[in-house]
Amino acid sequence: MRQQLDARNMLCPMPVIRTQNTVETLLPGDELEIYCTDHGALNDIPAWCRINGHEVLDKSEHNGEVIITIRVGANG
Amino acid sequence: MSQQRKAVSLISGGLDSLLATRLILDQGIHVEGINFFTGFCVEGHTHAIRNKDKNKPKRNNALWVAEQLGIKLHIIDIIEEYKDIVLNPKHGYGANLNPCLDCKGFMVRKAREWMEARSFDFIITGEVVGQRPKSQRRDTMPVIAKESGANDRLLRPLCAKSLPETLPEKEGWVDRGKLKDFSGRNRKPQMALAAELGLTDYAQPAGGCCFLTDESYSHKLADLWAARGQRDYDLDDIMLLKVGRHIRPRPNFKLIVGRDNGENNFLKGYRNRFIHMHASSHTGPLVLLDGTPDSDDIQLAAELTARFGKGKEAEQVTVTIHDKSGNEKQLSVNPFKAELIPGNWYV
Ligand code: SF4
Repeated sequence: MRQQLDARNMLCPMPVIRTQNTVETLLPGDELEIYCTDHGALNDIPAWCRINGHEVLDKSEHNGEVIITIRVGANG
Repeated sequence: MSQQRKAVSLISGGLDSLLATRLILDQGIHVEGINFFTGFCVEGHTHAIRNKDKNKPKRNNALWVAEQLGIKLHIIDIIEEYKDIVLNPKHGYGANLNPCLDCKGFMVRKAREWMEARSFDFIITGEVVGQRPKSQRRDTMPVIAKESGANDRLLRPLCAKSLPETLPEKEGWVDRGKLKDFSGRNRKPQMALAAELGLTDYAQPAGGCCFLTDESYSHKLADLWAARGQRDYDLDDIMLLKVGRHIRPRPNFKLIVGRDNGENNFLKGYRNRFIHMHASSHTGPLVLLDGTPDSDDIQLAAELTARFGKGKEAEQVTVTIHDKSGNEKQLSVNPFKAELIPGNWYV
């Protein structure tokens, strides 16, 4: 399953907190696309994923907006 | 085999909680980190806003510390609940609007609830006796343990040897002999321990862990309460106090003036909530008006907006003003003379 999370106009660490809380509701293997405007998320969300065993599938930037796609890990 | 004991560690992102956690991890305890977001935290993004700080690392220090330690980190949004701590601290404030003792008690209580919900055994913090004037004194440390309900399940590895034995020590889950007896404001023992453990890259917060210890920030917060006639705030309010020049020419409104492109971009995100203006005949900052300005006030704000742009020496500057419903109008104004701005307008 792939889900989306709108974390635009939020400052770090709010996008990380929202990502964390959304991932709690997902199952291992599920994917989440996170939309942010705070570029700090480009560092913070991958760091959060490394710590908690999730995989970053893609990071991209369009018109000042950042999209990060992650896959929930086995212990998600 | 003996049971695997588990501890939850309060991770601020600074050196002390990093060291405290490492001492316990090295004793074979399973540790997970917890970090609280109050809205006042000094975070990577605060640096990311201003141009001059572009080169500072934009990392979240708590996440970074957890990664160094190889532990999980849970970041918890306590913005709403924390208001009561800031607005009504039972033990009062420190030098500025920092309610450190209540804050610590609250965070340890939240950690205790987290620990109980997940069947963890104890809590660790990086506190050091005598390090902070109010929250980390020999006589206030038991207050935190008691008011949080953590009691003897609260272990401070960096100064445990000079405090009464806690449950993890009594039960032999951790070896008290390997804990420390640091005290006072001297940071040398922590730096020596960091070197001994091979840790070289860590954040060194100058003051406390949050903006409430900052004098000019506290002053802006007090001004906000005075102007609204009410001690309250929301997340946007306290975020906006971190950026821009704040100028209050009259009690009923203030201007928030971006100081560079980074801040202007940040303020743009708040445009819809505020009357805002910028010089359109010249380049200049984005300015938000907070409060209830009337048309006279808007005229004055436009003159001030012109003063902070490239047209400050010009005869006339056109300022474009947007109200909250998205209506736009232009005013042609004489820029306010810099030397005529009274010092006490700057909040
Ligand atoms: S500095 Fe701020 S976050 Fe740290 S204990 Fe004091 S009030 Fe709490």
